[in-house]
Amino acid sequence: MADEDVVLLDFWPSPFGMRVRIALAEKEIKYEYKEEDLRNKSDLLRKMNPIHKKIPVLIHNGKPVCESLVQVQYIDEIWPHKSPLLPTDPYQRAIARFWGDFVEKKIYGLESGKVWTTKGEEQEAAKKEFIECLKLLEGELGNKAYFGGENLGYVDVVLVPFYSWFYAYEKCGNFSIETECPKLIAWAKRCMEKDSVSKSLPDQDKIYDYVFHLKKVFGIE
Amino acid sequence: MAEEVVLLDFWPSPFGMRSRIALAEKGIKYEHKEEDLRNKSALLLQMNPVHKKIPVLIHNGKPVCESLIQVQYIDEVWHDKAPLLPSDPYQKATARFWADYVDKKIRSFSFSFFIYELGGRVWKTKGEEQATAKKELIETLKLLEKELGDKPYFGGESLGYVDVAFIPFYSWFYALEKCGNFSIEAECPKLIAWAKRCMQKESVAKSLPDQQKVYDFILEMKKHFGNE
Repeated sequence: MADEDVVLLDFWPSPFGMRVRIALAEKEIKYEYKEEDLRNKSDLLRKMNPIHKKIPVLIHNGKPVCESLVQVQYIDEIWPHKSPLLPTDPYQRAIARFWGDFVEKKIYGLESGKVWTTKGEEQEAAKKEFIECLKLLEGELGNKAYFGGENLGYVDVVLVPFYSWFYAYEKCGNFSIETECPKLIAWAKRCMEKDSVSKSLPDQDKIYDYVFHLKKVFGIE
Repeated sequence: MAEEVVLLDFWPSPFGMRSRIALAEKGIKYEHKEEDLRNKSALLLQMNPVHKKIPVLIHNGKPVCESLIQVQYIDEVWHDKAPLLPSDPYQKATARFWADYVDKKIRSFSFSFFIYELGGRVWKTKGEEQATAKKELIETLKLLEKELGDKPYFGGESLGYVDVAFIPFYSWFYALEKCGNFSIEAECPKLIAWAKRCMQKESVAKSLPDQQKVYDFILEMKKHFGNE
């Protein structure tokens, strides 16, 4: 098959971008990584994602695919033979998509951001809800090594990027995620043993510095 | 094999309508159970413990939650009839992108209003805020019109995933127009033409409630929540 031309427009701290990095690494796809300056978006980004103008954008043989969950599913379908991420059974697929959607709404949503953007009562409420959601995920994981079973699957890819942000959340919220959700942290560390994950996630300290910088820029205490 | 399909639903929900249309397109017989959202059934709470929301599709006793996930599930289980998603991965990604766009943009314009929160910007707010909400809504609809282009349906020659994701909101257009005092048809004639074309299909016509009924429902909600 002719050489595939794969480009990823990305931004290093973006957990959405990390999902795609992991998926491409799992499938062992060589690609060109292009770092975007979000305060000065490239013409390529604007052209490839005119609707949302956001990263990540996956460009496969010149054609753009936008939205990280759509990208992960696309990657899984284009390169089905290696490391399948979604199960083949329709009901199992629906379960995986449900939890991917749950992670998207609850862990990556606006409410969870309040853990680091607010203080006082609002922050406490956000922390409580955040931990409850993580516990629900712990319940879904159960005794499995990964959400995908014996191997990394769709839900693992969707959720694990957030692990790189845990330290920043803990520092800003003054709490320990590991104390509340030890099984989930064990799962995250298990994922980090995989090259595809550890090479796709930035160092937690770097993320914390970035969040610290963002707080200053936006005047958040 | 005897299939047992149940749909826990609420008649004005555009999300429920999506699953109704998908099941109808596939010719699947199912039991429709109307939920009272102020008094949710034990079955609903059991089948969707995480979100406790409708619609819930129960297939041979096993629940599938979230409308777009249900539509994809229905498409995959009953794949021989009326395919909704294209087979080509790139076309699939495009369809999923636009369904996601509908969810992100149209939902925020008050369609989630009646289910759990009172956030309907078009009818709740007055003056400038309402004008802004209307403007954004029209911009969103125009973008969808552009994506439709000259095709009869978003899915091409036949109803597809994006059509199923989006058409339910047509049943709310009249209510939006009355409350917001504007005409969607005047702004987006091609989109209304598409909607009417969809409504000619039984699967759609039988899944969408009457626009007047929806409007009456909204008025009831406004009264109940003390809105002007």
